[in-house]
This record gives sequence, C-alpha cells and structure tokens, in this order.
Amino acid sequence: MVSELPWNSKTGTLKRELAGGMMDPASRRALEAALQIKENQGAHICAVTMGPVMAEEILHQAKALGADDGVLLTDRRMAGADTFLTSLILSKFIQKEYKSFDLVICGSQTSDSETAQVGPQLAEELDIPAIGYVNQIRVKKDNIEVRRHVDDFYEILTMDLPGLITIDLSAYKPRYLALEGLEKAFENPDIKIIDAKKLGLDDSFNALKDSPTRIIDVFSPTTQNENRVLKGAVKKIVDQLFDEYGKVISSGMGKDIKTHDHDEV
Amino acid sequence: MMTSSKDIWVFGDYRNYFQNRVTLQILARAVDLASKTGGNVCAVVFGHNVNDYVAEYIAHGAQKVYVMDDPRLLLYSLETYSRLLTRIAKKYQPETILVGATRFGQEMAPRVAKQLGTGLTADCIDLEINEKKFLVQIAPSFGGNLIAKIITPVQRPQMATVRPGTFQEQPHDDNATGETHILTLPVDLKKDRIRLITSEHRPSKKQKIEDADIVICGGRGMGSKGKFKKLFELAELMNAEVGATRPVVYSEWVPHNALVGQAGKNIKPKILMSFGISGAIQHTAALTDADFVIAINKNPNATMMKMADVAIVADANQMCLGIIKALKEKIRH
Repeated sequence: MVSELPWNSKTGTLKRELAGGMMDPASRRALEAALQIKENQGAHICAVTMGPVMAEEILHQAKALGADDGVLLTDRRMAGADTFLTSLILSKFIQKEYKSFDLVICGSQTSDSETAQVGPQLAEELDIPAIGYVNQIRVKKDNIEVRRHVDDFYEILTMDLPGLITIDLSAYKPRYLALEGLEKAFENPDIKIIDAKKLGLDDSFNALKDSPTRIIDVFSPTTQNENRVLKGAVKKIVDQLFDEYGKVISSGMGKDIKTHDHDEV
Repeated sequence: MMTSSKDIWVFGDYRNYFQNRVTLQILARAVDLASKTGGNVCAVVFGHNVNDYVAEYIAHGAQKVYVMDDPRLLLYSLETYSRLLTRIAKKYQPETILVGATRFGQEMAPRVAKQLGTGLTADCIDLEINEKKFLVQIAPSFGGNLIAKIITPVQRPQMATVRPGTFQEQPHDDNATGETHILTLPVDLKKDRIRLITSEHRPSKKQKIEDADIVICGGRGMGSKGKFKKLFELAELMNAEVGATRPVVYSEWVPHNALVGQAGKNIKPKILMSFGISGAIQHTAALTDADFVIAINKNPNATMMKMADVAIVADANQMCLGIIKALKEKIRH
C-alpha cells in the first residue's frame, strides 16, 4: 500500500527528495563501464547528475569509485523537467563545460520512471550518434566497437566519436565501494554545483511549465478481487491447494496429477 | 505547431514478425482512438521488399500506409529511420505518433520526439481520448507504485511508446482496403554514424515466457538468490517458465531477460504463480491477461494478493518447497 504518495498534486511532479540518496542501479553500471575504460586506456571521467541538492551524495560515491569530477546541476527552475528538458539541460552542461568530450555513458533506464529516453534524447540534442543497451565496449582510435543483444539480435557495431551509449542492465556489474573510500571522498568533496543561470538558461525558463508532457493525474490502481485466502501450516495449505485447484493446475502443466491423497496409489 | 491532420500514425515495426505483433496491436487501439477524434489510422513502413507488411497493416486496420521501400533501408537503422520518420512527420503533420516499445522503438521514438520538439511518454499501458480530444497517455510511474495520466498540451504530434502485449490486435480482414502512399528516399540523407558489423538472430529462449501456459514469478520475498533457484526446480516439474520482478533482476538473482513488467515481458499464462511479490504496478500491469493467479506472500494486504484468485498467506520459500514436495509425490509417471 502506498501510505504517502510521493507526488505533488499541485505541480504534478515526483517528490524526489523522498527517493533517498542512492545512485540508481543503472547509473552504477554506466559508471562501472567508464571506470573500466579509464583503467584500460586512460580517461578523464566526469560524473554528472541533475536533481535536488541532496543528490550531491551520489557524486561523492562516484568520486570515491574513481570519477575525476563530480557535477550537480540543481535549480528550482529545473525541477519537474520531463525527459525532453532533462536532456536539454544535460546537453547545455556538456556543451559548456566539456565541449571536447569523446563519449557520454548513461544507464539504460532509471529505476523510478524507466523511460529509457534521456540517453537517446541527449544524443539528439548533442547531435551525436547513440547506441543503447550495450554489453561490451572496445575503444579504438577514432571510434568504439560495442556489442549488444536487442530484440533477439546479437549485434556488433562501431560508432563514430563523439557518441553516446547506454549500458544494459545485465552488463558491467558495479564494483563494491569500500567504506573508507567513501569517507575520504566526503572529506574532500569538491563537487561542482551549477544552476540554471550558469547553464545559460534564460530567466523565463521553468522546466515544470515548459516540459512538453504534463502529468494530469496519478492514481494507485486498486484491484479488488473476490478471492480465496489460504493460511496456516504449509502442509495444510498445499493439501488444500491441490484438493481445490488440482484440476486447474494439472491441465496447465499438461501432466496428470493425483488431486487427492486418498486417490488410488 | 499547428496540425493540419488528425491522423494517428503507427510506426511499422516488423522485425521479428510473426512473433512481434506490437504494430498490429497498436493499430487496433489506433482504430478505437481515431473513432473518437476523426482522422485516419496510418502506418509508416521503412525497409526493402516490405509489401507483405503493408498488406498486413491494412488488413489490421490501417487506412493509409506511408511506404519508403529502398535497398538502402534493408537493415533497421536507428539514425536513418528516425530522420526519415521526422521528415515525413514534419511534412504530413500527424496529430499522434505511436511506436511499439521494442528496444528499437525505445531508442528511435525519443530521437524523433526530440527532432520534432514534442513530448513522449514511455511504455504506455493504456491510451485514451479525453473531452478535449487530447491523447491521454497512461503509464506506470514513480518506481512502479503509481500510474500516471499524461498529456501533451501544446506541442504536436502527441507521441507515446506502447509495450508489446498491451492491446489486442484486430482479426485479419482480407477485405479491408487502404491507400498506399509511396515515398522516395530523400537524396540528401545524412550518412549513418553507426555501422553494423555483424548481426546474428539469437532468440533468447526456446519456450518463451510470453507464451508459457504456466509462469512462476518470484520476488524479493523468496529471500535469497539460493532460495530463488528453487523456483526453477518447481518450474521444471510444472513445465513452467520462471519470471522475476525488477528488484530480483537488479539483485542479479536471475538475468534481465526474466524480467516481467515494464521494460520486460508481458505474459498471458493460464496459471500464474507469484512467490513473494508485493505487486508494483510496473510488474502487475504485465499480468492482466493471466487466467488464474495464485499468490503467495506473508503480507495478506500486498497488491499481488488482492489481484490473486487464490491468496496464500505464507512464506514464499517454504511454500515453494512444500509444493515441490507435493508434486513429486503426485505427478503420475
């Protein structure tokens, strides 16, 4: 049951402060991919996120794991951005601060809204190619070679750089972050904070108002179903289950089962 | 942007057809939506030698099909297809564009929406028309706890991706007629920055969970990766397939291809057995076509328990072991 809806009905947005200071599992894989590239052929990694002030915490984690820079894009006027504006804001940052980037790596989809749209839209905004759901990356001189398994096709592709990839949820298992590393990162945080003005967004910019999509209602689906409730000892329940529903179960299985214990042996 | 048509477009995603039915499913819903808004239901097909698909879409409700048939379009190309769709959408200005949420659709639709300067709702589980004739895009949100109704108030076209299995396709109608609109490939098409080196068709599984008669789904309530494995033993006994919730997949108890729900699979089994799953919407929305649901959870108030035909209040792992034991005794050999 949802006791408190993490939703502001006035603004139609998610109260992200309730989401907790954890790096999203998909982003952790993206960071892992970046760390492996850095270890294999050297790289300078900037971990960037957009969100409320408390999102700074995940940038400490990123730096503790090996990111060189941590940048938080935060501003009231950027709150409530849908994927269209989130990708716009991220692209403004990249174009301003990391103009000569080679590769943008994103998680394939966040665990809160799972749209999988910010990566592709960021690529479009930056006018660079993008490949989603990547399992394996090989960095070459002027391009990268990636492998992925999508829509029942196992593909090997090369992509010109600069480019963007999103990392599949099955790949690049994130490394464990030792506690002392995290403590160190907190001692010397050095996280860059950037607001809407610094990004060059004009004074009238308001992500909530300007997003092309608008949430008009949010509801919790109530499914009321007259159902049979079984409880008690496991053995008793299992007997009841097969007594009452043995036929349904055996027909689904396509195997014959004895539905009663007192059936012939 | 002013729109000059009320047309609803459906992107013709024919790769993996016959198994992939998402285009036909969306066409069926587009027909319903168009009956409320006016305008034509149109399919858009890019590729080479695609006449069969054009005919198929017409037989399933498309009144008009925009076709670009060229050897250079033989392979699905994200960059080229998204540029082409953008270009013809700018020209013909549909009111709505719907795209199947295959991986390809999930990558292409955001780019097209961006190029057109419009909004996009991911992974819709329903689509409606409201009193202002806006497309109401209904999608799971907020970590799967809630469902959001979303509109695109100003920009056009309205765009949404739709998860495969969400809508029911119309029966094939051989007598249906539709207009075919042949378009030629633009001469100034930009070069792809992505090159396909090799591509191998590798369906993920023999019996697909989407087609299984019995599906056994497990959640975090199974307790641990080791205990979760017992579900596979149960599945073996029952000729069933095993699915999992997102937390289970994220914890790497099972690979991602077992995910049932948003960004995963939709299922329609005769029997669904749900072990230790509380029932986030992103999961439950994929289960609505299950005929008979048995849920096992310690918490009798879990959403999944309310959805079930039989709700068993018990420890999921203990129950799994109990059923395995009973089946070993009961199955007639």
